[in-house]
Amino acid sequence: MGRYVIRRLLQMIPVFFGATLLIFLMVNVMGDPIAGLCGDRQCDPATAAQLRKEFGLDKPVWQQYLTYMGSVFTGDFGTAFNGQQVTELMGEAFPVTIRLTVVAIVFEMLIGITLGVITGLKRGRPVDTGVLLLTLVVISVPTFVTGLILQLLLGVEWGIIKPAVSPEAPVNELIVPGLVLASVSLAYVTRLTRTSIAENARSDYVRTAKAKGLPRRRVIGRHLLRNSLIPVVTFIGTDIGALMGGAIVTERIFNIHGVGYQLYQGILRQNTQTVVGFVTVLVIVFLVANLLVDLLYAVLDPRIRYA
Amino acid sequence: MRGVTHAKWAVCAMAAGLAATACGGGDSGAGGADGIVSSSWGDPQNPLEPSNTNEVQGGKVLDMLFRGLKRYDSKTGEAKDMLAEKIDTTDSVNFTVTVKDGWTFSNGEKVTAKSFVDAWNYGANLKNNQKNAYFFGYIDGYAQVHPDKGTPTAKTLSGLKVVNDKTFTVKLSQKFSTWPDTLGYAAFSPLPQAFFDNHDAWLSKPIGNGPYTVESYAKGSKLAMRRWDGYPGSDKAQNGGVDLNVYTDNNTAYTDLTAGNLDLVDDVPASQLKNVQADLGGRYINTPAGIIQTLAFPYYDEAWNTPDAVKVRQGLSRAINRRQITDTIFQKTRTPAKDWTSPVLGVDGGFSDTLCGDACEYNAAEAKKMITEGGGIPGGQVKISYNADSGSHKEWIDAVCNSINNALGNDTACVGNPVGTFADFRNQIGQHKMPGPFRAGWQMDYPLIQNFLQPLYYTNASSNDGLWTNAEFDKLVDEANAETDSKKAVETFQKAEEVVRDQMAAIPLWYQNGSAGYSDRVTNVALNPFSVPVYNEIKVK
Repeated sequence: MGRYVIRRLLQMIPVFFGATLLIFLMVNVMGDPIAGLCGDRQCDPATAAQLRKEFGLDKPVWQQYLTYMGSVFTGDFGTAFNGQQVTELMGEAFPVTIRLTVVAIVFEMLIGITLGVITGLKRGRPVDTGVLLLTLVVISVPTFVTGLILQLLLGVEWGIIKPAVSPEAPVNELIVPGLVLASVSLAYVTRLTRTSIAENARSDYVRTAKAKGLPRRRVIGRHLLRNSLIPVVTFIGTDIGALMGGAIVTERIFNIHGVGYQLYQGILRQNTQTVVGFVTVLVIVFLVANLLVDLLYAVLDPRIRYA
Repeated sequence: MRGVTHAKWAVCAMAAGLAATACGGGDSGAGGADGIVSSSWGDPQNPLEPSNTNEVQGGKVLDMLFRGLKRYDSKTGEAKDMLAEKIDTTDSVNFTVTVKDGWTFSNGEKVTAKSFVDAWNYGANLKNNQKNAYFFGYIDGYAQVHPDKGTPTAKTLSGLKVVNDKTFTVKLSQKFSTWPDTLGYAAFSPLPQAFFDNHDAWLSKPIGNGPYTVESYAKGSKLAMRRWDGYPGSDKAQNGGVDLNVYTDNNTAYTDLTAGNLDLVDDVPASQLKNVQADLGGRYINTPAGIIQTLAFPYYDEAWNTPDAVKVRQGLSRAINRRQITDTIFQKTRTPAKDWTSPVLGVDGGFSDTLCGDACEYNAAEAKKMITEGGGIPGGQVKISYNADSGSHKEWIDAVCNSINNALGNDTACVGNPVGTFADFRNQIGQHKMPGPFRAGWQMDYPLIQNFLQPLYYTNASSNDGLWTNAEFDKLVDEANAETDSKKAVETFQKAEEVVRDQMAAIPLWYQNGSAGYSDRVTNVALNPFSVPVYNEIKVK
């Protein structure tokens, strides 16, 4: 297993460089970011040239990329246009988004898997049909609609939550945004678990376990669920990265100053340093999450072994 | 690892879920004279320095933190003496500025003539990358500290001299009679020695001489300002302080206002304008601001720069139904333009609601006739460029095109040309690559008619993005600037504006209003001519 992990880690290196290079090129293609810094007027040419020099934008792109990667390895992610260090921005944004993601993942696992198990065991019954319909609705309604409606009802009409999350973003304020963020994935987790459970419920080893006279809880928990979770774990694992990077909509609606918001600002202002820095970290999160998922397979199903 | 079961992590997850409980409720805190006003804010684009802040979000902070030589009246926009005891001149070139006694920065440092001269020299110096450096361009010696190319040959402006603690002199490089009236702009604020001694520390917690001080500043999320009890000015803060909260989206800020968690939103989102009366009743402000939206033309493109094209431009202007667009798309938060300035100038300041006359009135038949007479639209189609990332530019550009198409009876006579980001839009304008007219918003720096004309239409001026040039106009602007009598100066500027009209250098569309909403916790809320709330006058119940 050790060798497998090392091989996987080595594979991450080209993926990492490729991804960052792509992002770097994409942001650069958008044109000269200094032009937008002076508002609805032309920057005076001397100041613009000076700023370009300061941010290293006067050099060819390949040289910018090399310099950038060089400083990234020393922990320097550059400076955003408002004078803040990108690492400082990350220090503010990532904890918030990680909290939001954790809330979302917890919802996915708790509600998604529970509903999945219930419906999987009661296929065709009214509960099953009901939940299936419900998940269909959740999947088909866009996140921003769910978000805005919940915000209006819970925040403005009933006053149960604050419509906007405070800058510190404590966990209790993140519950509703977390639920909104999780909603679509939650529906998928439910459906994945349901199918998987329904399929495995008829398998030989479950019949054997039942025949041995094991209590129902143990049959479901230990034997049935464990095998059925492999596709679900894969989904949730890849979802971690997707949730962190894809929280832009939710973060905007609920005023959460997280990664999504910083990325949005960075793209709008064409701030290469911010965008590439944040995406770099997201790429790493994605890669590590994928590795963990693969390693979890062996835990769930010991037949899967890594050389 | 084998021992870890799903049950265990499910329990952990559950615990994390249970620990969190939803909560809600309104703001608590003191009311009355010590009450804190919470207000929406956008993340400022640039570091907060007087000569580096060129957008409204950073500008409103400087407005609370600083007082300069002049200050624009929050109602009339008139430039009144603030720290200036007097500004004397006999020739409109050499000015002697006397600073009032008794003013200090909030750290106790005295505000002297040197505080101004140092700040201006810092702002003008190319080495400091200040985006508002061009404001000092009229001062003698600017070309040495801020050359167009190469490195500066001087560190300080030769036109600035400290005479004594209270007095300094300014020599301009050209005649500019209304120059003292420009000094209310934030870029001309004085700076304390602390700014130069430890720049980073100052940026993280700015020190000024205005009615408020910074209590805490969490960049990108919240700026807490508190009333400064030692403030010597007459416009003391009527509240205990202002909390500026950064919102990711102005819709969220508006929702927070309606839920009672926020006191003031100074940018009501366009999508909410329909509901604003029902939501806020009388707590909605919609007043004119010094902002005009125009369509500029690419005069570097031969096709638009012919003598006949004047008729085409006038025809296009007449083909736009301004009233209908401002009423339906902007819900009357814009006023159809009648000239190239803004109503906030007032009639005495040079605003005229008759100057444009027929040329700005909708008349489809006349429009079609004029465009045909002018040889038709260059290239057969008008492409109006705009940035699609912010505002509701797409909606109104489409409406303008519809109006033109209907007038000409041709469905493809006008199309919108969206550009992805504002930066790219500015980029293309800067490189003179516009394929046709483009949207040009202008927000005044100071309430002077000069500011609506010279930067935009003077040959090679800083914001003359279409490269329009007209000798007659330039001559009149020079004359107006040299005129010592301000009434005559305004009249001459209006003559220059008539040249802009006759040539239809740019099509004026509408004046923009500032719109704001506030909670029932606060009173005496108003917007100044720059569409910034007058924070220091807000009272908390």
